[in-house]
Amino acid sequence: MAYAIVESCVNCWACEPVCPSNAIADARPHFVIDANKCTECDGDYADPQCASICPIEGAILDPFGVQANPPGSLTGIPPERMAEAMAEMQAR
Amino acid sequence: MELTVIGQDAGPAAEGGCSSSGCGGTSDQLSHLPESIRQKVQDHPCYSEDAHHHFARMHVAVAPACNIQCHYCNRKYDCANESRPGVVSELLTPDQAVKKVMAVAANIPQMTVLGIAGPGDPLANPERTFETFRQLTEKAPDIKLCVSTNGLSLPQQVDELCKHNIDHVTITINCVDPEIGAKIYPWIFWNNRRIKGKKGAKILIDQQQKGLEMLTERGILVKVNSVMIPGVNDEHLEEVSRIVKQKGAFLHNVMPLIAEAEHGTFYGVMGQRGPTHDELQALQDKCAGDMNMMRHCRQCRADAVGMLGEDRGDEFTMDKVENMHIDYEAAMEERAEYQAAALATLEAQRQNSGESFVALSSIGKARRETRPVLMAVATTGGGVINQHFGHAKEFLVYEASATDVRFIGHRKVDLYCEGGDTCGDGESVLQKTIRTLDGCEAVLCSKIGYEPWEQLEQAGIAPNGEHAMEPIEEAVAAVYAEMVSSGLTDQAPHSATVQISA
Repeated sequence: MAYAIVESCVNCWACEPVCPSNAIADARPHFVIDANKCTECDGDYADPQCASICPIEGAILDPFGVQANPPGSLTGIPPERMAEAMAEMQAR
Repeated sequence: MELTVIGQDAGPAAEGGCSSSGCGGTSDQLSHLPESIRQKVQDHPCYSEDAHHHFARMHVAVAPACNIQCHYCNRKYDCANESRPGVVSELLTPDQAVKKVMAVAANIPQMTVLGIAGPGDPLANPERTFETFRQLTEKAPDIKLCVSTNGLSLPQQVDELCKHNIDHVTITINCVDPEIGAKIYPWIFWNNRRIKGKKGAKILIDQQQKGLEMLTERGILVKVNSVMIPGVNDEHLEEVSRIVKQKGAFLHNVMPLIAEAEHGTFYGVMGQRGPTHDELQALQDKCAGDMNMMRHCRQCRADAVGMLGEDRGDEFTMDKVENMHIDYEAAMEERAEYQAAALATLEAQRQNSGESFVALSSIGKARRETRPVLMAVATTGGGVINQHFGHAKEFLVYEASATDVRFIGHRKVDLYCEGGDTCGDGESVLQKTIRTLDGCEAVLCSKIGYEPWEQLEQAGIAPNGEHAMEPIEEAVAAVYAEMVSSGLTDQAPHSATVQISA
């Protein structure tokens, strides 16, 4: 079982140096986690490191495929407000 | 504050009590400083208002990772037109960064300073940051190195910073109260955990303050940046200013919040407004009682290149840099020559200003109270009025009063609207430019076209092209003297308030 980085990743590098298993690689279009190396930080840290430093909501999935940081959890922007703002911008 | 008046009987004033730039105001910091510090800042555009007319800086984007989240920052967006901290076009490796610095320094002889400011936090990327510094110390020993940080890992990195001969460090400190901090910083990454809310903010604040003390103990010059967020920390920043001064910070830079919904930041999306020009200036003036205030900051990108207010980054993308053939030795000599001449010019301007500064006695015989006046100036640098009104991407704003001329800040002309005649809400570029000059009663430039001339006059702003190539403060003082003698300063100014935009 392993964490995974998905397409919303912005390649900010924050996760790469904090991974205790060197499982994260700089890749394009986005960084990737080597599922064979990822230990979910078990035995090293209480919290998965990549998911604890990642600034982008939705960019990291836990081993069950669930977003480790769902919309609104990091920025504090309620998802409804974000949707409204996006709609306002597109209407311009 | 002691006001210096030139031309009165009190002799010493004419001898140099009034420096060219911002006489009597907070930006004449240089004249009060011990020689050792003056040496360190006299050619640093971000630490000296005088220097920013003559010297250039660049940032290299080698530090992508960040260890905190700020509500005014969003790492997702990178638009070439967007000019704000945290935004870059290409991330560089230390080797690429060094190449780029060498290329820029060879092409822009004004360049004195290399800073690492992101796009994340330089000290959250210690290996990349310090490798860049290490190589540059060797290859371009004349370039000053500096770093700008959120402060979270600062205490752990202070010793390493000292090893790299870094004279200047900027810490962004928006608060000293965790209650307020929780409204600015949603989380930090600390000791291998994400820590949210007040608890995270408290750790960050403690680390910032500790880092500040450690740096000043070691004789490193510290500038503190604060983002002014109306309703969040605006009233609190006076206290911040007092405390950081107590702990030895040298300069405080209060900047306006940049918040647009299209940036996708918390503040932008939630509709948090930035301060108006008046609010910003009022806060800067309040803090100035205790502290040297920086008012010429342009809140540049983490990959900005050139003089403050200009960005020549496009000329130095990595593909262009790779193809440049450069004689590094010759470039360093040319830089040294240019910079010695610029320092001499600065010194001469400083010396001359005492004599050529408009004497108070020439401003009206009766000693009536005259109100201060804001004036906008178009300049490309050098400390003189030398730019066509229509070419100005920004205007410097000065306040003239019966006792002095002081630098207040700058106003950017909206870069989003360069393309056509109309933009967004149907306002013309010219109208928009005029609106950014709100509160100013004159605009001094080298030349100005007929149409803007008329429209400026209609807006109550007097266009003035009569002082081309003259030193800014002297020209502003001369225009003020004319206004006083024509009785303009007896009338109340027109007023309105405009929020500062990105």
